[in-house]
Amino acid sequence: MAVLLDVLNLEVHYGGIAAVRGISFAVESGEMVCVIGANGAGKTTTLKALARMLPSAGEMHYRGERLDKLPSHALISRGLALVPEGRGVFARLTVAENLAMGAYHRPRHESGEIAADLDRVHELLPRLKERRGQLAGTLSGGEQQMLAIGRALMGRPQLLLLDEPSMGLAPLMVRKVFEVVRAVAAQGVTILLVEQNARLALEVCGRGYVMESGQITLADTAAALAADPRVRAAYLGE
Amino acid sequence: MDIFLQQLINGLTLGSIYALVALGYTMVYGILGLINFAHGEVVMIGALSSLTIIRPLADSGLPGPVVVLIGLFFAVLVCMALGFTVERVAYRPLRNAPRLAPLITAIGVSIVLQQLAMLIWGRSYHSVPALLPSGTHEVLGATFTEVQVIIVVVAAVTMMGLVLLVNRTRLGRAMRATAENPAIAGLMGVDANRIISLTFVIGSALAALAGVLVSANYGIAHYNMGFILGLKAFTAAVLGGIGNLAGAMVGGVLLGVIEALGAGYIGDLTGGVLGSHYQDVFAFFVLIGVLIFRPSGLMGEKVSERA
Repeated sequence: MAVLLDVLNLEVHYGGIAAVRGISFAVESGEMVCVIGANGAGKTTTLKALARMLPSAGEMHYRGERLDKLPSHALISRGLALVPEGRGVFARLTVAENLAMGAYHRPRHESGEIAADLDRVHELLPRLKERRGQLAGTLSGGEQQMLAIGRALMGRPQLLLLDEPSMGLAPLMVRKVFEVVRAVAAQGVTILLVEQNARLALEVCGRGYVMESGQITLADTAAALAADPRVRAAYLGE
Repeated sequence: MDIFLQQLINGLTLGSIYALVALGYTMVYGILGLINFAHGEVVMIGALSSLTIIRPLADSGLPGPVVVLIGLFFAVLVCMALGFTVERVAYRPLRNAPRLAPLITAIGVSIVLQQLAMLIWGRSYHSVPALLPSGTHEVLGATFTEVQVIIVVVAAVTMMGLVLLVNRTRLGRAMRATAENPAIAGLMGVDANRIISLTFVIGSALAALAGVLVSANYGIAHYNMGFILGLKAFTAAVLGGIGNLAGAMVGGVLLGVIEALGAGYIGDLTGGVLGSHYQDVFAFFVLIGVLIFRPSGLMGEKVSERA
């Protein structure tokens, strides 16, 4: 399989503090990869750097292009979407408008395909159809997470970066969100998932990385990580 | 009763001009959190640059309204270029600076534009040729001029167009999304810099229109006219709830009416001690009142945000 994303020696600093210290990893096309680790390990920072929302050092190659040379708003048209931590829905826009924003970068002549994608998103997330006229700020946390994912899908991503989709959600909602993520992956979208809920992340993903204080300390298949005594002790609470 | 109606008509006219200018303040504030104190000067430059075209064309034999339209077109182009340049040169480099820095810069830009206008157009008052239909009509003892009707109608149609642009188009959606969260809008492919430039350009076009209308209303233009007008429009924006489009329009009209009624009755109320030249005082009473009793403005309530 082809390498979709290749990161070499990524470094991110907040002022004088190093949040990500020279990590390297790769994601192949069609994979589901997770990054697990404790709070403050640098997981979210890594995703933000990939989405060019933070200045970083090191190289990021995406489909043969240098990601680190592009501005943030140029990424989605290259098939790279981020569902940010805390969902980041536009609270003062309606659900329908939020979804339309997801397709903002697509040219007008694709309007037929955009409508078809909207139908697909509605099918996957029927709640969004029911609530399409409602302001996104009035949705529950879980619905907002669904909206954030649906909005990203409207951009037809090849690589979907998901930042803590389970954060702050009730267990039942977490399961639903992960079902959706699985369904998205089944459609051929490559997924890089950052999660604190390590058990669930290792369950759905094929491979995983463990981050600790800005460095990748373990990299293996999800099954191997889930069986690793160090992971079990630190992240699975056993 | 006739004074009341008369001042209501005058207030409506003035208020629709305030509303146009207030929109410029509120749009920029909504997207950058910046009070662009130079916005009043853009109105002034709109008025004076339209005169530069209108004056020599006034006796050319072209119909008056056509001459005004040509002047307006020129003023809109000049102001759009000006708004674009000011944002690029003065505000963009300070995008991530503490909020006080762009605010002080805005005051600096205001002074620079005023002095520049003084160098170009001189210190004298310029009379504006009366090229628009100037008939007067009477209703219930109050008179209104055709110019006033034109001002109110043009302002209303323009504002409706803006509301449609912001609420119904793809561009407007991107503007609202950027105002709410530029980083997330960026992830959707929105270039925030382009949206911010556009916001300044649209606001400046409205200011140019306001400048042409206000100079047609008073028949006079001056390099200093933007200062007070800008402050009042800012007051109108705060009154309506800064950052809120509908608020700017309501606040503008309301402020115009309050001011006109105040000026109409102040003489009677104070037994002739204070005259209608105290008109300007009312806007600032309103500003102080709003800041004390309802700092978020009439329509500045936040949408409830859960989670």
